Amino acid sequence: MAEPLLSTDRLVKRFGGLLATDSVSIDVRAGEIHALIGPNGAGKTTLVSQLTGNVRPDAGAIRFAGRDITHLPMHARARLGLARSFQITAVLREFTALDNVALAVQAHAGHSFRFLADARRERGLRESAQRLLAEVGLEPRANALASALSHGEQRQLEIAMALAGDPKLLLLDEPMAGMGPEESQRMVAVLRAFKGNRAMLLIEHDMDAVFQLADRITVLVYGRAIASGSPTEIRADPDVRQAYLGEEAV
Amino acid sequence: MIAGLRTPRGLITAILLLVLAILPLLTQAFDQRYLLSIGTRIVIWSIAAISLNMILGYGGLVSFGHAAFFGIGGYAVGILYANGITTGWIQWPVAIVAASVWAGLIGALSLRTRGLYFIMITLAFAQLVYYVGAGLEAYGGDDGLNISRSRFSGLIDLRDKAAFYWLCFVLFCATLWFCGRLVNSRFGLVIRGAKANDLRMTALGFAVFRYRLAAFAISGAFGGLSGILLANEGAYISPAMMSWVKSGDLIVIVVLGGMGTLCGPLYGAIAFFALEETLKPLLDLAHKGWGEYWQIVFGPMLVLIALYARGGLDSLLGRRHG
Repeated sequence: MAEPLLSTDRLVKRFGGLLATDSVSIDVRAGEIHALIGPNGAGKTTLVSQLTGNVRPDAGAIRFAGRDITHLPMHARARLGLARSFQITAVLREFTALDNVALAVQAHAGHSFRFLADARRERGLRESAQRLLAEVGLEPRANALASALSHGEQRQLEIAMALAGDPKLLLLDEPMAGMGPEESQRMVAVLRAFKGNRAMLLIEHDMDAVFQLADRITVLVYGRAIASGSPTEIRADPDVRQAYLGEEAV
Repeated sequence: MIAGLRTPRGLITAILLLVLAILPLLTQAFDQRYLLSIGTRIVIWSIAAISLNMILGYGGLVSFGHAAFFGIGGYAVGILYANGITTGWIQWPVAIVAASVWAGLIGALSLRTRGLYFIMITLAFAQLVYYVGAGLEAYGGDDGLNISRSRFSGLIDLRDKAAFYWLCFVLFCATLWFCGRLVNSRFGLVIRGAKANDLRMTALGFAVFRYRLAAFAISGAFGGLSGILLANEGAYISPAMMSWVKSGDLIVIVVLGGMGTLCGPLYGAIAFFALEETLKPLLDLAHKGWGEYWQIVFGPMLVLIALYARGGLDSLLGRRHG
Protein backbone atom coordinates (compact mmCIF):
# COMPACT_ATOMS: atom_id res chain seq x y z
CA MET A 1 0.00 0.00 0.00
CA ALA A 2 1.15 3.50 -0.72
CA GLU A 3 2.49 5.63 2.08
CA PRO A 4 -0.31 7.49 3.86
CA LEU A 5 -0.60 11.23 3.24
CA LEU A 6 0.01 12.07 6.88
CA SER A 7 1.40 9.85 9.58
CA THR A 8 2.72 10.33 13.07
CA ASP A 9 5.20 7.99 14.66
CA ARG A 10 4.94 7.65 18.43
CA LEU A 11 4.38 11.32 19.05
CA VAL A 12 4.92 12.49 22.64
CA LYS A 13 4.12 15.85 24.22
CA ARG A 14 4.36 16.65 27.91
CA PHE A 15 3.13 19.78 29.68
CA GLY A 16 4.88 19.61 33.03
CA GLY A 17 3.60 16.40 34.63
CA LEU A 18 0.77 16.01 32.16
CA LEU A 19 1.27 13.61 29.28
CA ALA A 20 -0.92 15.33 26.71
CA THR A 21 0.16 13.15 23.81
CA ASP A 22 1.22 9.66 24.78
CA SER A 23 3.03 7.89 21.96
CA VAL A 24 0.34 8.50 19.36
CA SER A 25 0.70 6.95 15.91
CA ILE A 26 -2.09 7.79 13.52
CA ASP A 27 -2.30 8.21 9.79
CA VAL A 28 -4.57 9.80 7.22
CA ARG A 29 -4.73 8.34 3.73
CA ALA A 30 -5.35 10.32 0.59
CA GLY A 31 -8.99 11.14 0.10
CA GLU A 32 -10.28 9.78 3.38
CA ILE A 33 -12.04 11.48 6.26
CA HIS A 34 -10.38 10.42 9.46
CA ALA A 35 -12.18 11.55 12.59
CA LEU A 36 -10.43 12.08 15.91
CA ILE A 37 -12.76 11.85 18.87
CA GLY A 38 -12.31 11.75 22.60
CA PRO A 39 -13.59 13.36 25.78
CA ASN A 40 -12.58 16.89 26.76
CA GLY A 41 -8.95 17.04 27.75
CA ALA A 42 -8.06 13.94 25.76
CA GLY A 43 -5.39 15.93 23.93
CA LYS A 44 -7.06 16.32 20.55
CA THR A 45 -6.18 19.96 20.07
CA THR A 46 -2.65 19.39 21.36
CA LEU A 47 -2.21 16.68 18.75
CA VAL A 48 -3.50 18.91 15.96
CA SER A 49 -1.27 21.76 17.14
CA GLN A 50 1.74 19.49 16.73
CA LEU A 51 0.60 18.58 13.24
CA THR A 52 0.28 22.23 12.24
CA GLY A 53 3.48 23.26 13.96
CA ASN A 54 2.50 25.63 16.74
CA VAL A 55 3.41 23.05 19.37
CA ARG A 56 6.69 21.14 19.16
CA PRO A 57 6.52 17.43 20.09
CA ASP A 58 8.98 16.16 22.73
CA ALA A 59 9.54 12.93 20.82
CA GLY A 60 8.33 11.14 17.74
CA ALA A 61 8.03 12.19 14.13
CA ILE A 62 5.47 13.56 11.70
CA ARG A 63 5.54 12.72 8.01
CA PHE A 64 3.45 14.53 5.44
CA ALA A 65 3.30 13.97 1.69
CA GLY A 66 6.45 11.87 1.72
CA ARG A 67 8.68 14.05 3.89
CA ASP A 68 9.52 14.55 7.53
CA ILE A 69 7.90 17.78 8.69
CA THR A 70 8.53 17.39 12.43
CA HIS A 71 10.77 20.46 12.54
CA LEU A 72 9.19 22.56 9.81
CA PRO A 73 7.71 25.91 10.89
CA MET A 74 3.98 26.46 10.71
CA HIS A 75 3.88 28.66 7.61
CA ALA A 76 6.05 26.22 5.65
CA ARG A 77 3.71 23.34 6.51
CA ALA A 78 0.76 25.41 5.34
CA ARG A 79 2.53 26.00 2.05
CA LEU A 80 3.09 22.26 1.64
CA GLY A 81 -0.67 21.78 1.66
CA LEU A 82 -1.51 21.20 5.30
CA ALA A 83 -4.38 23.56 6.04
CA ARG A 84 -6.36 23.97 9.21
CA SER A 85 -9.49 25.59 10.43
CA PHE A 86 -9.63 26.93 13.94
CA GLN A 87 -11.68 25.86 16.91
CA ILE A 88 -12.14 29.43 18.01
CA THR A 89 -13.52 31.26 15.00
CA ALA A 90 -10.56 33.30 13.97
CA VAL A 91 -11.15 35.28 10.83
CA LEU A 92 -10.10 38.84 10.17
CA ARG A 93 -13.18 40.55 11.47
CA GLU A 94 -13.03 43.99 9.90
CA PHE A 95 -12.43 42.56 6.42
CA THR A 96 -15.20 41.28 4.15
CA ALA A 97 -15.77 37.58 3.66
CA LEU A 98 -14.33 37.85 0.17
CA ASP A 99 -11.25 39.76 1.42
CA ASN A 100 -10.63 37.04 3.98
CA VAL A 101 -10.68 34.26 1.44
CA ALA A 102 -8.69 36.31 -1.10
CA LEU A 103 -6.01 36.80 1.57
CA ALA A 104 -5.93 33.05 2.12
CA VAL A 105 -5.58 32.54 -1.63
CA GLN A 106 -2.80 35.14 -1.68
CA ALA A 107 -0.80 33.03 0.79
CA HIS A 108 -0.47 30.37 -1.89
CA ALA A 109 -0.15 32.60 -4.95
CA GLY A 110 3.47 33.71 -4.98
CA HIS A 111 5.09 36.04 -2.47
CA SER A 112 3.42 39.10 -1.02
CA PHE A 113 6.31 41.53 -1.20
CA ARG A 114 4.28 43.63 -3.59
CA PHE A 115 3.91 47.11 -2.26
CA LEU A 116 1.97 49.26 -4.68
CA ALA A 117 -0.62 47.34 -6.68
CA ASP A 118 -4.07 47.14 -5.09
CA ALA A 119 -4.51 43.55 -3.92
CA ARG A 120 -8.27 43.88 -4.05
CA ARG A 121 -8.04 44.41 -7.80
CA GLU A 122 -6.05 41.25 -8.49
CA ARG A 123 -8.53 39.36 -10.57
CA GLY A 124 -6.90 35.97 -10.01
CA LEU A 125 -7.18 36.28 -6.24
CA ARG A 126 -10.74 37.56 -6.31
CA GLU A 127 -12.00 34.91 -8.72
CA SER A 128 -10.46 32.04 -6.78
CA ALA A 129 -11.92 33.48 -3.60
CA GLN A 130 -15.38 33.74 -5.18
CA ARG A 131 -15.17 30.11 -6.26
CA LEU A 132 -14.19 28.96 -2.77
CA LEU A 133 -17.03 30.94 -1.20
CA ALA A 134 -19.41 29.26 -3.63
CA GLU A 135 -18.00 25.88 -2.68
CA VAL A 136 -19.00 26.36 0.96
CA GLY A 137 -22.29 28.05 0.08
CA LEU A 138 -21.32 31.51 1.26
CA GLU A 139 -21.29 33.33 -2.07
CA PRO A 140 -24.32 35.54 -1.33
CA ARG A 141 -22.47 36.95 1.69
CA ALA A 142 -19.23 37.69 -0.16
CA ASN A 143 -19.27 41.43 0.56
CA ALA A 144 -20.47 41.26 4.15
CA LEU A 145 -17.91 42.07 6.84
CA ALA A 146 -16.70 38.92 8.55
CA SER A 147 -17.82 40.40 11.85
CA ALA A 148 -21.39 40.66 10.51
CA LEU A 149 -21.63 36.96 9.62
CA SER A 150 -23.60 34.58 11.81
CA HIS A 151 -21.67 31.99 13.79
CA GLY A 152 -22.46 29.26 11.29
CA GLU A 153 -21.45 31.46 8.37
CA GLN A 154 -18.15 32.25 10.06
CA ARG A 155 -17.41 28.53 10.34
CA GLN A 156 -18.19 28.16 6.64
CA LEU A 157 -15.83 31.04 5.95
CA GLU A 158 -13.14 29.23 7.93
CA ILE A 159 -13.53 26.21 5.69
CA ALA A 160 -13.36 28.35 2.54
CA MET A 161 -10.11 29.90 3.82
CA ALA A 162 -8.68 26.51 4.67
CA LEU A 163 -9.48 25.34 1.13
CA ALA A 164 -7.43 28.12 -0.46
CA GLY A 165 -4.34 26.88 -2.22
CA ASP A 166 -5.98 23.51 -2.78
CA PRO A 167 -4.53 21.79 0.31
CA LYS A 168 -3.71 18.09 0.34
CA LEU A 169 -5.05 17.74 3.85
CA LEU A 170 -7.59 19.70 5.86
CA LEU A 171 -7.33 19.68 9.63
CA LEU A 172 -10.75 20.63 10.86
CA ASP A 173 -10.83 21.49 14.53
CA GLU A 174 -14.45 21.24 15.65
CA PRO A 175 -16.05 22.80 12.57
CA MET A 176 -19.52 22.27 14.10
CA ALA A 177 -18.75 23.78 17.50
CA GLY A 178 -21.55 26.02 18.75
CA MET A 179 -23.82 25.29 15.80
CA GLY A 180 -27.50 24.53 15.91
CA PRO A 181 -28.76 21.29 14.32
CA GLU A 182 -29.71 23.00 11.09
CA GLU A 183 -26.34 24.74 10.67
CA SER A 184 -24.61 21.47 11.58
CA GLN A 185 -26.43 19.64 8.83
CA ARG A 186 -25.44 22.31 6.31
CA MET A 187 -21.80 21.92 7.33
CA VAL A 188 -22.04 18.13 7.06
CA ALA A 189 -23.34 18.59 3.53
CA VAL A 190 -20.47 20.94 2.66
CA LEU A 191 -17.87 18.51 4.02
CA ARG A 192 -19.49 15.46 2.51
CA ALA A 193 -19.18 17.05 -0.93
CA PHE A 194 -15.37 16.89 -0.50
CA LYS A 195 -15.41 13.24 0.45
CA GLY A 196 -13.22 11.04 -1.68
CA ASN A 197 -11.13 13.80 -3.22
CA ARG A 198 -9.84 15.68 -0.22
CA ALA A 199 -8.26 14.13 2.85
CA MET A 200 -9.48 15.45 6.18
CA LEU A 201 -8.61 14.98 9.78
CA LEU A 202 -11.78 15.91 11.59
CA ILE A 203 -11.97 16.68 15.29
CA GLU A 204 -15.57 16.89 16.35
CA HIS A 205 -17.79 16.45 19.38
CA ASP A 206 -20.96 16.08 17.34
CA MET A 207 -21.19 12.27 17.13
CA ASP A 208 -23.96 12.34 14.54
CA ALA A 209 -21.73 14.33 12.23
CA VAL A 210 -18.71 12.10 12.89
CA PHE A 211 -20.55 8.90 12.14
CA GLN A 212 -22.12 10.42 9.02
CA LEU A 213 -18.82 11.62 7.60
CA ALA A 214 -15.89 9.54 8.78
CA ASP A 215 -14.28 6.69 6.91
CA ARG A 216 -12.17 5.90 9.93
CA ILE A 217 -12.25 7.00 13.55
CA THR A 218 -9.49 7.17 16.13
CA VAL A 219 -10.41 7.50 19.78
CA LEU A 220 -8.11 9.49 22.02
CA VAL A 221 -8.33 9.16 25.82
CA TYR A 222 -5.82 10.74 28.22
CA GLY A 223 -3.44 11.39 25.32
CA ARG A 224 -3.49 7.80 24.09
CA ALA A 225 -5.07 6.39 20.97
CA ILE A 226 -7.10 3.55 22.48
CA ALA A 227 -8.82 2.43 19.30
CA SER A 228 -8.86 3.03 15.60
CA GLY A 229 -11.15 1.63 12.94
CA SER A 230 -14.26 2.03 10.84
CA PRO A 231 -17.33 3.66 12.41
CA THR A 232 -18.93 0.24 12.82
CA GLU A 233 -15.84 -1.17 14.56
CA ILE A 234 -15.60 1.84 16.85
CA ARG A 235 -19.25 1.60 17.77
CA ALA A 236 -18.75 -2.04 18.70
CA ASP A 237 -15.46 -1.62 20.59
CA PRO A 238 -16.05 -2.35 24.28
CA ASP A 239 -13.10 -0.18 25.47
CA VAL A 240 -14.42 2.78 23.53
CA ARG A 241 -17.94 2.32 24.84
CA GLN A 242 -16.65 2.21 28.37
CA ALA A 243 -14.14 5.02 28.10
CA TYR A 244 -16.00 7.48 26.02
CA LEU A 245 -19.13 6.81 24.07
CA GLY A 246 -20.93 5.57 27.17
CA GLU A 247 -24.58 6.42 27.16
CA GLU A 248 -24.31 8.38 23.91
CA ALA A 249 -23.72 5.25 21.84
CA VAL A 250 -26.83 3.70 20.46
CA MET B 1 -11.89 61.20 -6.22
CA ILE B 2 -14.63 63.73 -6.92
CA ALA B 3 -17.16 61.52 -5.14
CA GLY B 4 -14.81 61.50 -2.14
CA LEU B 5 -15.34 65.23 -1.72
CA ARG B 6 -19.00 64.71 -0.86
CA THR B 7 -18.21 63.11 2.50
CA PRO B 8 -17.17 65.37 5.38
CA ARG B 9 -13.89 63.48 5.61
CA GLY B 10 -13.07 63.95 1.95
CA LEU B 11 -14.03 67.61 2.00
CA ILE B 12 -12.07 68.48 5.14
CA THR B 13 -9.03 66.56 3.96
CA ALA B 14 -9.14 68.29 0.59
CA ILE B 15 -9.36 71.70 2.26
CA LEU B 16 -6.49 70.90 4.62
CA LEU B 17 -4.28 69.70 1.78
CA LEU B 18 -5.16 72.74 -0.30
CA VAL B 19 -4.32 75.12 2.55
CA LEU B 20 -1.05 73.28 3.13
CA ALA B 21 -0.23 73.41 -0.58
CA ILE B 22 -0.47 77.20 -0.70
CA LEU B 23 0.61 77.90 2.87
CA PRO B 24 3.70 79.99 1.94
CA LEU B 25 1.47 82.26 -0.20
CA LEU B 26 -1.04 82.63 2.64
CA THR B 27 1.54 83.38 5.32
CA GLN B 28 3.15 85.95 3.06
CA ALA B 29 -0.15 87.58 2.15
CA PHE B 30 -1.16 87.88 5.80
CA ASP B 31 2.40 88.62 6.89
CA GLN B 32 2.44 85.73 9.38
CA ARG B 33 5.85 84.24 8.60
CA TYR B 34 5.92 82.47 11.94
CA LEU B 35 3.00 80.30 10.81
CA LEU B 36 5.12 78.98 7.96
CA SER B 37 7.63 77.54 10.39
CA ILE B 38 4.81 75.85 12.32
CA GLY B 39 3.44 74.58 9.02
CA THR B 40 6.85 73.18 8.12
CA ARG B 41 7.06 71.33 11.41
CA ILE B 42 3.51 69.98 10.99
CA VAL B 43 4.36 68.58 7.56
CA ILE B 44 7.64 67.04 8.76
CA TRP B 45 6.07 65.49 11.84
CA SER B 46 3.24 64.18 9.66
CA ILE B 47 5.79 62.25 7.62
CA ALA B 48 7.19 60.75 10.82
CA ALA B 49 3.69 60.01 12.12
CA ILE B 50 2.65 58.37 8.84
CA SER B 51 5.73 56.17 9.02
CA LEU B 52 4.93 55.23 12.61
CA ASN B 53 1.30 54.62 11.64
CA MET B 54 2.44 52.04 9.06
CA ILE B 55 3.70 49.77 11.82
CA LEU B 56 1.63 50.94 14.79
CA GLY B 57 -1.73 51.71 13.21
CA TYR B 58 -1.79 49.17 10.41
CA GLY B 59 0.62 46.63 11.84
CA GLY B 60 -0.41 46.75 15.50
CA LEU B 61 3.21 47.03 16.61
CA VAL B 62 3.52 49.61 19.37
CA SER B 63 6.99 50.92 18.70
CA PHE B 64 8.03 53.30 21.46
CA GLY B 65 11.29 54.32 19.85
CA HIS B 66 10.33 56.04 16.66
CA ALA B 67 12.16 59.28 17.50
CA ALA B 68 15.39 57.32 17.01
CA PHE B 69 14.75 57.76 13.29
CA PHE B 70 14.55 61.53 13.70
CA GLY B 71 17.95 61.19 15.33
CA ILE B 72 19.54 58.85 12.82
CA GLY B 73 18.27 60.84 9.84
CA GLY B 74 19.36 64.08 11.47
CA TYR B 75 22.74 62.89 12.71
CA ALA B 76 23.60 61.32 9.36
CA VAL B 77 23.10 64.73 7.77
CA GLY B 78 24.91 66.53 10.60
CA ILE B 79 27.90 64.22 10.76
CA LEU B 80 28.39 64.31 7.00
CA TYR B 81 28.08 68.10 7.10
CA ALA B 82 30.67 68.37 9.86
CA ASN B 83 33.01 66.27 7.73
CA GLY B 84 32.68 68.58 4.80
CA ILE B 85 30.03 66.75 2.82
CA THR B 86 27.37 69.38 2.31
CA THR B 87 25.56 68.04 -0.70
CA GLY B 88 22.14 66.58 -0.09
CA TRP B 89 22.69 64.11 -2.93
CA ILE B 90 24.97 62.20 -0.60
CA GLN B 91 23.57 63.23 2.78
CA TRP B 92 19.99 62.24 2.15
CA PRO B 93 20.44 58.76 0.67
CA VAL B 94 22.98 57.89 3.37
CA ALA B 95 20.58 59.08 6.09
CA ILE B 96 17.63 57.14 4.68
CA VAL B 97 19.61 53.95 4.24
CA ALA B 98 21.09 54.28 7.74
CA ALA B 99 17.64 54.72 9.28
CA SER B 100 16.24 51.80 7.33
CA VAL B 101 19.12 49.49 8.24
CA TRP B 102 18.80 50.46 11.88
CA ALA B 103 15.05 49.77 11.70
CA GLY B 104 15.83 46.36 10.25
CA LEU B 105 18.24 45.60 13.09
CA ILE B 106 15.79 46.70 15.78
CA GLY B 107 13.04 44.80 14.05
CA ALA B 108 15.05 41.60 13.77
CA LEU B 109 15.45 41.57 17.55
CA SER B 110 12.29 43.24 18.85
CA LEU B 111 9.83 41.43 16.57
CA ARG B 112 10.64 38.21 18.38
CA THR B 113 8.88 39.60 21.42
CA ARG B 114 5.33 40.73 22.02
CA GLY B 115 3.25 43.19 23.96
CA LEU B 116 4.97 45.06 26.72
CA TYR B 117 8.35 43.48 25.95
CA PHE B 118 8.16 44.77 22.43
CA ILE B 119 7.44 48.28 23.68
CA MET B 120 10.31 48.13 26.15
CA ILE B 121 12.82 46.81 23.61
CA THR B 122 12.00 49.46 21.04
CA LEU B 123 12.31 52.08 23.78
CA ALA B 124 15.62 50.61 24.93
CA PHE B 125 17.09 50.75 21.43
CA ALA B 126 15.95 54.33 21.00
CA GLN B 127 17.59 55.24 24.32
CA LEU B 128 20.75 53.56 23.13
CA VAL B 129 20.80 55.79 20.06
CA TYR B 130 20.04 58.79 22.24
CA TYR B 131 23.01 58.19 24.52
CA VAL B 132 25.32 57.47 21.61
CA GLY B 133 24.26 60.83 20.17
CA ALA B 134 24.85 62.56 23.50
CA GLY B 135 28.26 60.93 23.72
CA LEU B 136 29.45 62.11 20.32
CA GLU B 137 31.60 64.96 21.68
CA ALA B 138 33.02 65.61 18.23
CA TYR B 139 29.50 66.44 17.10
CA GLY B 140 28.44 68.58 20.00
CA GLY B 141 27.59 65.93 22.60
CA ASP B 142 24.67 67.01 24.74
CA ASP B 143 24.61 70.50 23.28
CA GLY B 144 24.10 69.43 19.70
CA LEU B 145 25.58 70.90 16.60
CA ASN B 146 24.72 73.78 14.31
CA ILE B 147 24.69 72.78 10.68
CA SER B 148 23.65 74.45 7.48
CA ARG B 149 20.94 73.22 5.21
CA SER B 150 21.74 70.54 2.65
CA ARG B 151 22.87 71.79 -0.75
CA PHE B 152 21.21 70.75 -3.94
CA SER B 153 23.24 73.09 -6.08
CA GLY B 154 21.31 74.66 -8.90
CA LEU B 155 18.16 72.67 -8.22
CA ILE B 156 16.67 74.16 -5.10
CA ASP B 157 17.91 76.49 -2.38
CA LEU B 158 16.74 75.10 0.93
CA ARG B 159 17.65 78.33 2.74
CA ASP B 160 14.61 79.84 1.07
CA LYS B 161 11.90 79.15 3.65
CA ALA B 162 9.07 78.81 1.15
CA ALA B 163 11.11 76.53 -1.12
CA PHE B 164 12.07 74.36 1.85
CA TYR B 165 8.45 74.20 2.95
CA TRP B 166 7.29 73.16 -0.49
CA LEU B 167 9.92 70.45 -0.66
CA CYS B 168 8.71 69.12 2.70
CA PHE B 169 5.12 69.30 1.49
CA VAL B 170 5.87 67.40 -1.73
CA LEU B 171 7.73 64.73 0.25
CA PHE B 172 4.80 64.58 2.66
CA CYS B 173 2.39 64.05 -0.25
CA ALA B 174 4.65 61.35 -1.66
CA THR B 175 4.74 59.63 1.73
CA LEU B 176 0.96 59.83 2.05
CA TRP B 177 0.50 58.47 -1.46
CA PHE B 178 2.93 55.63 -0.84
CA CYS B 179 1.26 54.73 2.46
CA GLY B 180 -2.16 54.74 0.79
CA ARG B 181 -0.91 52.31 -1.85
CA LEU B 182 1.04 50.21 0.61
CA VAL B 183 -1.82 49.48 2.99
CA ASN B 184 -4.02 48.17 0.20
CA SER B 185 -1.32 46.15 -1.53
CA ARG B 186 -0.67 42.47 -0.98
CA PHE B 187 2.00 43.45 1.48
CA GLY B 188 -0.29 45.84 3.33
CA LEU B 189 -3.06 43.28 3.68
CA VAL B 190 -0.61 40.79 5.18
CA ILE B 191 0.55 43.38 7.72
CA ARG B 192 -3.03 44.34 8.59
CA GLY B 193 -4.10 40.73 8.79
CA ALA B 194 -1.23 39.99 11.13
CA LYS B 195 -2.37 42.85 13.36
CA ALA B 196 -5.81 41.30 13.60
CA ASN B 197 -4.57 37.75 14.12
CA ASP B 198 -0.97 36.78 13.48
CA LEU B 199 -1.44 33.11 14.34
CA ARG B 200 -4.18 32.89 11.74
CA MET B 201 -1.96 34.51 9.14
CA THR B 202 0.86 32.10 9.90
CA ALA B 203 -1.50 29.15 9.65
CA LEU B 204 -2.54 30.43 6.22
CA GLY B 205 1.09 30.14 5.14
CA PHE B 206 2.45 33.66 5.59
CA ALA B 207 5.89 34.04 7.14
CA VAL B 208 4.62 36.93 9.26
CA PHE B 209 8.00 37.78 10.77
CA ARG B 210 9.56 38.59 7.40
CA TYR B 211 6.69 40.84 6.39
CA ARG B 212 6.81 42.69 9.68
CA LEU B 213 10.55 43.10 9.39
CA ALA B 214 10.15 44.59 5.93
CA ALA B 215 7.43 46.90 7.26
CA PHE B 216 9.83 48.04 9.97
CA ALA B 217 12.55 48.81 7.45
CA ILE B 218 10.15 50.74 5.22
CA SER B 219 8.80 52.66 8.17
CA GLY B 220 12.36 53.40 9.29
CA ALA B 221 13.26 54.81 5.88
CA PHE B 222 10.42 57.33 6.05
CA GLY B 223 11.26 58.05 9.68
CA GLY B 224 14.81 58.80 8.54
CA LEU B 225 13.46 61.14 5.88
CA SER B 226 11.57 63.10 8.52
CA GLY B 227 14.79 63.30 10.56
CA ILE B 228 16.66 64.74 7.59
CA LEU B 229 13.99 67.40 7.17
CA LEU B 230 13.87 68.18 10.88
CA ALA B 231 17.63 68.69 11.02
CA ASN B 232 17.43 70.96 7.99
CA GLU B 233 14.47 72.87 9.36
CA GLY B 234 16.28 73.86 12.54
CA ALA B 235 19.74 73.82 10.92
CA TYR B 236 20.63 72.01 14.09
CA ILE B 237 20.95 68.50 15.47
CA SER B 238 20.94 67.46 19.10
CA PRO B 239 20.14 64.37 21.14
CA ALA B 240 16.92 66.09 22.22
CA MET B 241 15.40 65.39 18.80
CA MET B 242 15.42 61.69 19.64
CA SER B 243 14.50 61.73 23.32
CA TRP B 244 11.84 59.26 24.40
CA VAL B 245 9.48 62.20 24.89
CA LYS B 246 9.50 62.74 21.13
CA SER B 247 8.70 59.05 20.61
CA GLY B 248 5.78 59.55 22.97
CA ASP B 249 4.65 62.67 21.09
CA LEU B 250 4.63 60.68 17.87
CA ILE B 251 2.47 57.96 19.39
CA VAL B 252 0.16 60.66 20.77
CA ILE B 253 -0.14 62.21 17.31
CA VAL B 254 -0.98 58.87 15.69
CA VAL B 255 -3.51 57.92 18.37
CA LEU B 256 -5.01 61.40 18.47
CA GLY B 257 -5.45 61.46 14.70
CA GLY B 258 -6.71 57.91 14.39
CA MET B 259 -4.61 54.75 14.27
CA GLY B 260 -4.67 52.80 11.04
CA THR B 261 -6.28 55.60 9.04
CA LEU B 262 -4.51 57.17 6.10
CA CYS B 263 -4.89 60.83 7.04
CA GLY B 264 -5.09 60.35 10.81
CA PRO B 265 -1.39 61.24 11.30
CA LEU B 266 -1.95 64.53 9.49
CA TYR B 267 -5.00 65.41 11.60
CA GLY B 268 -3.05 64.42 14.70
CA ALA B 269 -0.01 66.52 13.81
CA ILE B 270 -2.15 69.56 13.00
CA ALA B 271 -4.12 69.21 16.23
CA PHE B 272 -0.96 68.64 18.29
CA PHE B 273 0.86 71.73 17.02
CA ALA B 274 -2.27 73.88 16.88
CA LEU B 275 -3.01 73.08 20.51
CA GLU B 276 0.58 73.66 21.56
CA GLU B 277 0.65 77.02 19.81
CA THR B 278 -2.72 78.20 21.17
CA LEU B 279 -2.66 76.73 24.66
CA LYS B 280 0.75 78.20 25.48
CA PRO B 281 -0.18 81.86 24.91
CA LEU B 282 -3.63 81.34 26.43
CA LEU B 283 -2.16 79.96 29.62
CA ASP B 284 0.50 82.64 29.65
CA LEU B 285 -2.28 85.17 29.40
CA ALA B 286 -3.99 83.64 32.43
CA HIS B 287 -0.79 83.69 34.42
CA LYS B 288 2.70 84.49 33.25
CA GLY B 289 4.80 81.33 33.00
CA TRP B 290 1.93 78.87 32.91
CA GLY B 291 2.34 78.39 29.16
CA GLU B 292 5.16 75.97 29.73
CA TYR B 293 2.69 73.61 31.33
CA TRP B 294 0.29 73.49 28.36
CA GLN B 295 0.30 69.72 28.51
CA ILE B 296 -1.67 69.90 31.78
CA VAL B 297 -4.59 70.92 29.59
CA PHE B 298 -3.57 68.76 26.66
CA GLY B 299 -3.34 65.61 28.80
CA PRO B 300 -7.00 65.54 29.85
CA MET B 301 -7.99 66.21 26.23
CA LEU B 302 -6.11 63.06 25.25
CA VAL B 303 -7.89 61.13 27.97
CA LEU B 304 -11.22 62.29 26.58
CA ILE B 305 -10.21 61.23 23.07
CA ALA B 306 -9.10 57.85 24.38
CA LEU B 307 -12.39 57.40 26.25
CA TYR B 308 -14.93 58.78 23.82
CA ALA B 309 -13.39 58.79 20.35
CA ARG B 310 -11.52 55.51 20.07
CA GLY B 311 -10.85 56.08 16.41
CA GLY B 312 -9.26 59.46 17.11
CA LEU B 313 -10.07 62.65 15.22
CA ASP B 314 -10.63 60.64 12.07
CA SER B 315 -13.64 58.92 13.65
CA LEU B 316 -15.24 62.33 14.30
CA LEU B 317 -15.45 62.80 10.55
CA GLY B 318 -17.98 60.01 10.17
CA ARG B 319 -17.98 56.30 9.65
CA ARG B 320 -15.43 54.65 7.46
CA HIS B 321 -16.26 52.06 4.85
CA GLY B 322 -13.85 49.32 3.85
